[in-house]
Amino acid sequence: MQMRDTVEGYGLVSRLLHWLMALAIVALFALGLWMVELDYLSPYSKSAPDLHRSAGIVLLAALVLRFVWRLVNAKPSDACLSPFERKAAHLVHWGFYPLLLALIISGYLISTPDGRPIDVFGLFEVPSLIRRKGLEDAAGEVHQWLAYLTIALATVHAAAAIKHHVVDRNRILVRMWSGPPKA
Amino acid sequence: MLRSLLSLALGAALLAAPPAAAADFAIDTKGAHASISFRIKHLGFSWLMGRFDTFSGEFSYDEAKPEASKVKVDIDVASINSNHAERDKHLRSPDFLDVVKFPKATFVSTSVTPKAGGKASIAGTLTLRGVTKPVTIEAEAIGAGDDPWGGYRQGFAGTTKLLLADFGIPDKLGPTAREVELILNVEGVEK
Repeated sequence: MQMRDTVEGYGLVSRLLHWLMALAIVALFALGLWMVELDYLSPYSKSAPDLHRSAGIVLLAALVLRFVWRLVNAKPSDACLSPFERKAAHLVHWGFYPLLLALIISGYLISTPDGRPIDVFGLFEVPSLIRRKGLEDAAGEVHQWLAYLTIALATVHAAAAIKHHVVDRNRILVRMWSGPPKA
Repeated sequence: MLRSLLSLALGAALLAAPPAAAADFAIDTKGAHASISFRIKHLGFSWLMGRFDTFSGEFSYDEAKPEASKVKVDIDVASINSNHAERDKHLRSPDFLDVVKFPKATFVSTSVTPKAGGKASIAGTLTLRGVTKPVTIEAEAIGAGDDPWGGYRQGFAGTTKLLLADFGIPDKLGPTAREVELILNVEGVEK
């Protein structure tokens, strides 16, 4: 099994990270939308935010790992794309990193400005670093809008992938699923 | 002889008299010798305590004529503090106090009915979440006198109870938490 990325396509690490993070991002978005509407007396009003916070921290770890992995691996070729598509893909792909980082930090700042840590699945805690009363309100606004922006960018990204597959009939989408073509 | 005795007695009486009639006081929020706290039951199991960190107010008080007293307090509702950032964020939202729409709460007294032992019922109107309703604060004078810094102070404690529904606060906390108690401690510095 090919672990590392090559010019031909993505290795197992990148593909796993890509799809698990895609799943996590969509699930966290849905969970977030759902949990903020929950009644206080709902049996899920504690467990849903606990899960959202925990998974968010795991997503941060995956994001850092993915960024490092991207830097130390070859970039699969995008020679089959038009110059415009190449530029747009570049912008969207690199745009995800700062966007997700800001999204996760803003979420962290909703829960921690009173000095409380974030408990991650009961396994470990991420301590509070900034204590400021009222910061949770601004952080909440930012978190909401960055979440919408992330989903908008993911939609553009998915639409482009489907276009490459259906209209252009190239391997852009396939190679993210099944890796480099077998030699 | 008689005249000088009389004037001496008059002078002594004047010296012993209580400070000038009705006096105006500013509530000492600067020195934080005042607090507006609340308590509400959590699921019926315990009291959840919180407070409003930012408020201002003034009162007039005449020990000899307490029924003429007046009090007015403005509360910055967004300053609610229950010692939990996520909960405070929720309490500020439209689910509870909707502070963006209704940033200020105000209590203005309408009448004061003195009772025995330095106690009094302070009737007034409370405006909260855009709703103005009559409320009565059961108050008690705690103490008064000169402070060490050249001022004159007068302090009170008071409590009142509110039904959340009376002020349009949605019923989100269940049947054990429909009433909140306000606990007021104010120390005024004479203006």
